[in-house]
Amino acid sequence: MNAGAGKKHAGAAAPATAGPVLDIAGLSVSVRGEDGERDVVSNLSLTLARGETLCIAGESGSGKSMTALAIMQLLPQPAARISSGKIRLRTGDLGDTDLATLDERQMRRIRGDRIAMIFQEPMTSLNPVLSIGRQLTESIEAHTSLSQAQARQRAIEALKAVRISEAESRLKQFPHELSGGMRQRVMIAMALALEPDVLIADEPTTALDVTVQGEVLELLRDLQRQHGTSVILITHDMGVVAEMADRVIIMRHGRMVEEGTTSDIFARPQADYTRELLAAVPRIGTGAGRQKSGDAETAAPANVAVVNDLHVRFDLRGGIFGRVNRRVHAVEGISFSIAPNETLALVGESGCGKSTTAKALAGLVPYSGDIVIGGRNLSGLGRDERKAVRRDVQMIFQDPFASLDPRMRVGDLVAEPLVIHGIASKDERSQRVAALFERVGLSADQMELYPHEFSGGQRQRVCIARALALRPKLIIADESVSALDVSVQARVLDLLKELQREFGVAYLFISHDMAVVENISDRVAVMYLGQIVEMGTRDQVFSNPRHPYTRRLIEAVPVPDPAQRRSRFARLDQEIPSATRRIGEAPLKLALRDVGNGHLVAADA
Amino acid sequence: MTSPIAPDLPTAGRMPVKPRAGVWRRLVKRRLALLGLVIVAIVVAGAALAPWLTGYDPNEQMFDGLTIEGSPLPPNAQFWLGTDLLGRDLLTRILYGARTSLIIGIVANGVALLIGTLVGVTAGYFRGWIGGALMRFTDLMMAFPALLLAICLAAVFQPSLWIVAMVIALVNWVQTARVIYTETSSLAEREFIDAERTIGASAPRILFRHILPHLLPTIIVWGTLGISTTVLLEATLSFLGIGVQPPTASWGNIIFENQTYFQAAPWLVFFPGAAILALALAFNLIGDALRDILDPTQRGRA
Repeated sequence: MNAGAGKKHAGAAAPATAGPVLDIAGLSVSVRGEDGERDVVSNLSLTLARGETLCIAGESGSGKSMTALAIMQLLPQPAARISSGKIRLRTGDLGDTDLATLDERQMRRIRGDRIAMIFQEPMTSLNPVLSIGRQLTESIEAHTSLSQAQARQRAIEALKAVRISEAESRLKQFPHELSGGMRQRVMIAMALALEPDVLIADEPTTALDVTVQGEVLELLRDLQRQHGTSVILITHDMGVVAEMADRVIIMRHGRMVEEGTTSDIFARPQADYTRELLAAVPRIGTGAGRQKSGDAETAAPANVAVVNDLHVRFDLRGGIFGRVNRRVHAVEGISFSIAPNETLALVGESGCGKSTTAKALAGLVPYSGDIVIGGRNLSGLGRDERKAVRRDVQMIFQDPFASLDPRMRVGDLVAEPLVIHGIASKDERSQRVAALFERVGLSADQMELYPHEFSGGQRQRVCIARALALRPKLIIADESVSALDVSVQARVLDLLKELQREFGVAYLFISHDMAVVENISDRVAVMYLGQIVEMGTRDQVFSNPRHPYTRRLIEAVPVPDPAQRRSRFARLDQEIPSATRRIGEAPLKLALRDVGNGHLVAADA
Repeated sequence: MTSPIAPDLPTAGRMPVKPRAGVWRRLVKRRLALLGLVIVAIVVAGAALAPWLTGYDPNEQMFDGLTIEGSPLPPNAQFWLGTDLLGRDLLTRILYGARTSLIIGIVANGVALLIGTLVGVTAGYFRGWIGGALMRFTDLMMAFPALLLAICLAAVFQPSLWIVAMVIALVNWVQTARVIYTETSSLAEREFIDAERTIGASAPRILFRHILPHLLPTIIVWGTLGISTTVLLEATLSFLGIGVQPPTASWGNIIFENQTYFQAAPWLVFFPGAAILALALAFNLIGDALRDILDPTQRGRA
């Protein structure tokens, strides 16, 4: 980004020295726990060539992040340490250094300067009380002898390089004033401002929306091409791997399972685990095999839930007198209905109002408009009647780690809905809970355990059992599989489908992941800024997307196939506008028109 | 990342289901907690059995309890912990004083804890105008000098041990309420509370079954901290003449009566002070252990 100041690389991708820039041999990282030391990375060897992108892929617990932290010498102290192995960094002017033997002071000079790192969550890795300009110049000043003014100049260039407009005025902004994608770009600017030899990106796009993800990936690729930086990209997303990597390392339980070029890994996976992993990845276009569940629909049963002109608005207070002066228009007049045995997917990016819709349905936020469940309009009911109707709507949350009370046994948690609604005697209850446990693929003797003793997927199964306990007619699944590893995700999705066949329950499936949505849904509604812009059956929406936003969402999904690598990603023309508006400036209501067979598209298309 | 996550497969029988030992059994297994229990037991026994443990009357001013010059005696074979300025046996007074101090430290402190928790939880969970009103009231109480309030209250009621306990409770709940309020309002934002509401759980159920257990560590810490505070507050009140009325002994008023002679007769301050310290420490040790035992996430951690 800064050819004039380029102190290490003269031009693009020109290897200054022969051989790999990073050479890891026999690396083992061990963590001390109550039961002694345990290897989280064992005997890992890898090399990284100049200008190469190496993806380390694997599921949670595979040791991929630990490897990154070991390279940076940032392992959590004092529990984790490098127990054996060499991490050799070869750079033009430093020669051959084994990072594992450096002390903290020497390592500080390497970090940021020679090896930079980008973390997953751009909000938490930027200091919220310092302006981004301050944070950028700080690292530049620490590693170079540039003056303050020069460092500032360099920071501006770095921001321009990551395509941030009005770079100069951005320097004064604070992290919370930027969107997630912007923040991640600032992180990249920070990492690349010093032109490191190696860039380690740990799940850099996982916390971002798909459309933004595409942009950030493209940016990384461009910058790498320009500067010849070697990149280690750590990800769980095989789509990202296919899109970005030259070579891939698949890890599992701290060991390398397979290594190869990207095309080899995808076309001819050798290890069983790699094959399983690839098979588990949801792909757009594979969901078509799902038959319309149940013929019951021909009998035109009453809808389980009907939502009509739902509005959710949050007041914001400001000014000296603390009066309401702005409103967040989270949900702006949406209408849909769900039939028994049907899965309606609500898709959209963060802030589009999909989760708020779920919360309104579950009775967690006040709303206006009509929600009719099982033929009864909730707004006209008294407290006890509403409680009875609400029994029919249950919810599965996104994060199974956060949605279970950590101080209760899972058996009690699953029994709780029955206790609250006074169903069954104590003995019957425990039998029913045991049966539910078996049904969701857990065993009845796990009822005595606490949530922290389960893995993420198992916890989500507990949540499913809990939602099923009351035999609801509708289950709202709010991003319920997005926190899970792909292989676990696939099994949980299968379980959800099985349960639908068995109990005839309807799902409102909320997700940002188009591939997952295509896999599970019967009908799809696309939300944008609190309104539905397109709604129709899965086939209508996926094979014939009419609204430009829907198209962009579908295109933005990285395809897990290196042969389909895109040269350009769908670009965001502008940042998604905010849903916060001044009082009296209500957003324009979109009119939906039918383009055939109930395929509704917003009229602005 | 630090612990490998078990594969998402049914793991029947893989995780041993530990038989749940009772809280008591697990408490006595811990050495420090046991020490705490022993100290508390000694204090309670001392208070209860005081008449049988010592041959003196706590309020008797003994002629041989003072030197010829009229100064108190240091610890000796006859008066194990020495005598006070009026020639009373210090050990006897500490034993009898334990009764007062235990009542203050446990009852007054317990009531304060109860009020503070109720106010904090209600305000933190319900927010709105109830929460606003309760917390403004708490702020008001905080701004008001505690001692002045105690004096006012004590002046209104006839001073007696129980009234003193109530006065101390009414003064001491404020900090607890503040802390509990903050914690409750952050707990109420957690997703599992939303999850409880979606299954139809009522507010009392959420408060008692799901929020209160998470507040236990805080309550325990404040409870143990409160013991020494309340015992000393009682002493302050006694000193001002509105606490437990002399000659009735309490640990606090023994210290206060004698603090001016600290240089000449250090034992008079040292022994009751040590008693307060030991009691507070004992409750601290028990509280610490209880906090760990009652937290299921501390159990079975790999």
